[in-house]
Amino acid sequence: MSRRPRNRPPVDLAGTTDLPVLLPAADSLARRAARERELGAALPRLDWRHGLVLLAVLLVSAGVAQAQAGAGREPVLEVLLRWMPVLLRGFLFNIVISFLAMAVGTLIGTWLGLMQISLLPPVRVGSWFVTQFFRNAPWLVLLFYCMFLLPFEFRIGGLVIPFPDWIKATIGLSLPVLANVSEIVRGAVNSIPSGQWEASESLAFNRRQILWMIILPQCVKRMLPPWMNLYAILTMATVLASIVGVSEMMTQAGRVLAAEDRPDLLIPIYSFVLLCFFVYCYPIARWTVALERRFQVKL
Amino acid sequence: MDWSWAFDWARGLYHATGINLTFVYDSFDRDRLARGFMNTVYLSLICLALSMVIGVVGAWLQGSKLVWTRRIVQGYIQFFRNTPPLVQLYFFFFAIGSLMPTHENRFGFQEPMLDNFTWAVISLSFFAGAFNVEIFRSGIEAVPASTIEAAEALGYNRLQTYRYVVLPLAFRVCLPALNNNLVNLVKTTTLAYAIAVPEMLYMANQIWSDSVNVPETMTFLLFAYVFLVGLLVWAMHSWERALRMPGYGR
Repeated sequence: MSRRPRNRPPVDLAGTTDLPVLLPAADSLARRAARERELGAALPRLDWRHGLVLLAVLLVSAGVAQAQAGAGREPVLEVLLRWMPVLLRGFLFNIVISFLAMAVGTLIGTWLGLMQISLLPPVRVGSWFVTQFFRNAPWLVLLFYCMFLLPFEFRIGGLVIPFPDWIKATIGLSLPVLANVSEIVRGAVNSIPSGQWEASESLAFNRRQILWMIILPQCVKRMLPPWMNLYAILTMATVLASIVGVSEMMTQAGRVLAAEDRPDLLIPIYSFVLLCFFVYCYPIARWTVALERRFQVKL
Repeated sequence: MDWSWAFDWARGLYHATGINLTFVYDSFDRDRLARGFMNTVYLSLICLALSMVIGVVGAWLQGSKLVWTRRIVQGYIQFFRNTPPLVQLYFFFFAIGSLMPTHENRFGFQEPMLDNFTWAVISLSFFAGAFNVEIFRSGIEAVPASTIEAAEALGYNRLQTYRYVVLPLAFRVCLPALNNNLVNLVKTTTLAYAIAVPEMLYMANQIWSDSVNVPETMTFLLFAYVFLVGLLVWAMHSWERALRMPGYGR
């Protein structure tokens, strides 16, 4: 019978103080560092004004392009409207990839995170190694790895299962996600006060029951904001798939530009791409901030 | 040191199993990969140094009394924080790079003034620098005025207060956030692949295109990056632990 999870740091009362040694800026910096360490990337800080700036850039550049092109050519906004279905279908693809990668990453990452707090040393060390490995590998290299090394179809007997490039990209993007989810889960479990473990042990729960009925339900609240932040980072990372040739929005934008062959369209089309990502990510960012504020641990 | 046993082993491995480690036994591929590795290290080191300089200067400018100086620095941070680094790289290389004057090289071709390596350095340094400005500023803000007053009361002059009291404290406060940013920067150097900077990913790509040994080179590449980043993470964490302030935080 285990008395106390060994992998959690003991509460070090001797090293803490109530005196304000440093100003609140130090605390906010430390919190930010801890959050970024969990996510493995820095978060953008979105503001509604950014959306306005993007819209302004789109309209102004369209106007400038229109003025330069002269009367004989099709208006820029009309061109944009004509290609809108293609671009938006590309964007939908980004969202589908991000959803699937997040789902796969969360499923595997949660198990990996729970393995990291296992009482068996081999399981703990093994899952720690896998987590660190995928956390420290650059996203682009993992993406290349999956794109080139997974087969384009699987043959099981006579059955041929096709494996298109976007599925491979999804797998490639889910690898860093699962490592970061694993860290988020581990961090959340470690942030639950040890009193919770001890109290539930004294009520004769076994380890599985403690984890599933007491610790994890409390963790969900703490994991939700970083998990959503990770999703925002993943969504923005889906454009990396354009480097390896998946037909998502960035690739489609390049194709539209090639088809139109008008250099004046460059800025309007790319600012439209940025605007789409902003419109999608901004509500998520606001919601995350609101959740963070609501779930803030009060000590 | 004699490495011929390793070359023979790799050649034997190829004949026996078909695992083709050209970057071990073929001197041309070996040199290419080594150059790529060194370029990645070189690119990372230059960007690390420049981004720190940008961070310090930016943090200093943000404390300026002039409103517009502060606004410009704020705008710079907002721009680089909220756009993807790949877009920034393209913007610098294709948009600004094409506006730069060109000069004739010795083969009689027009050559841009700054090459792609320089643009990668500039773009990545500004990207990481934007984060560093905020980090350094919060670090300096975290030092209470009472600590500075105490130093003054002990007879330190302004420079000494800065050198012996403010900076050591601020640096320790900054370090965890700074580490994350620098690790992130090293990972982001792979994006330089997109503008054909001959760093490790690009060189590996050329090797597997020429020698058709994608799985071998790819696996090596993945492990090389994990090794590089892991080394940096480990070094920074031990530095962080060594500089830990007793009595502050956990």
